[in-house]
Amino acid sequence: MESAAGPRPLVKRHHGLVRTAHWLHAVVLVGMIASGLQIYGAFSHFGIRGGSFPLPNPLDGKPIPHWARLGGWLAGGLNWHFALAWPFVITGLVYLGFLAASGEWRSLLFGPRDVGPAVRMQLYYFRVLKDHPPQGKHNALQKGAYTFIVILGALSALTGFAIYKPVQLSWLTSLFGGYELARYWHFLAVWLFVGFTLLHIALVVLVDPASLRAMITGWYRGRFPSHD
Amino acid sequence: MTEPEHRLTRRDLFRLGLVAGPAALVAACGWDGGPSLEPRLRAFSRLNDWVGERLLLSPGRLAKEYPVTARTPARDFPSYSITRNDTGAFPAAPSQWKFVVGGAVRKPLTLTLDMLMAMPSETYTVKHHCVEGWTAIGSWTGVRVSVLTKMVQPTPEAHYLRFDSFDSDYFNGWDLKSAMHPQTILAYAHNDRPLSPLKGAPLRLYSPIKLGYKMTKYLTAMTFTSERPGGYWEDQGYPWLAGI
Repeated sequence: MESAAGPRPLVKRHHGLVRTAHWLHAVVLVGMIASGLQIYGAFSHFGIRGGSFPLPNPLDGKPIPHWARLGGWLAGGLNWHFALAWPFVITGLVYLGFLAASGEWRSLLFGPRDVGPAVRMQLYYFRVLKDHPPQGKHNALQKGAYTFIVILGALSALTGFAIYKPVQLSWLTSLFGGYELARYWHFLAVWLFVGFTLLHIALVVLVDPASLRAMITGWYRGRFPSHD
Repeated sequence: MTEPEHRLTRRDLFRLGLVAGPAALVAACGWDGGPSLEPRLRAFSRLNDWVGERLLLSPGRLAKEYPVTARTPARDFPSYSITRNDTGAFPAAPSQWKFVVGGAVRKPLTLTLDMLMAMPSETYTVKHHCVEGWTAIGSWTGVRVSVLTKMVQPTPEAHYLRFDSFDSDYFNGWDLKSAMHPQTILAYAHNDRPLSPLKGAPLRLYSPIKLGYKMTKYLTAMTFTSERPGGYWEDQGYPWLAGI
């Protein structure tokens, strides 16, 4: 992949709106998770009182460390959570609107035709395949990851609304299996976000450090194409 | 009594955005936002109250009812009280207990428990949602707040309700829309028995469309007001509407 052709050209890779949404979400998500953990700490169990709950929670009854919490106490956590929910949802909608309007979604949405390339990409990472499979702006695994994170964002917002207004939005709460299960999915989303972020950062550092600059300035001088 | 109105400006939104970043990272210290940011967060809370009351609250939508077999066992259904936090014991009703309905009304009323129990009653088995995140199911019997409201005839200045108690200085402010909901009742029985001191004897507010802390226990009065009353926890920062 490292071709001998001289210095690579500097290309525009990310629209300003995408970069803004990316960093805003990163920051807001940290606040959402920290205030969410503060709230969780008020009752660190799942399931209705006196009932059983079918799903595992390794953190059942465990105190959330002070450094991971935001808000100081339950009311503070709630106020942070319900205030940050606004930029979280609005930024998400603006980002999705931009993808739709610009056609950028095509280079991000994982579809059935990406399954084969995703397998080959994984085999390359496992060092079974020697050569980096050809790709456009993103490889198929990235498409999978970026599609997943958008769905996860949407689900975390929807499960959030489901437990915020379980009576007025009871149709939504039922969709997630009722209040107690919706609260569990909402909590599970935290750990999927955390896992995604750790993997995301690791891959940026290990595979394509130039992409960090691209997400800050918009300009990219790296090993991968910037357009499909 | 009424706290100053916190208006939400564009500058507040911008500031919140600016501060959210570092603030989120300062989560590292379990920070509450400090004296400068905490009022901004409360302004957002008022915005959320507005959305919750005006856009999401449907006056006719009923909370789901459950069979009595779904009731949470008494030992698993927690009970809170300010007096108990302070003294270790749940508050006992004064010997000559009466319930006063007044404020901005044409025909104020003073009721005994017997008078309340002689009125048309409502019984339902519903899910209780605590702000802490837990839920429990119980049956409640009582008189609709809307029935009493018709009797006392509020004046046009009546925009809110204030519920007072003999549990230390506990009280709650309510929006009329939630108070007039058919499932908002003044309950005197829980699971077919008269309320115990744990559950707010002799009379408490109950409504499955609100979080538990809005349901004033150990009631003494229900007062129609023109100004928005705060509340014991609400004045300390908890969401005012707490509609679910």
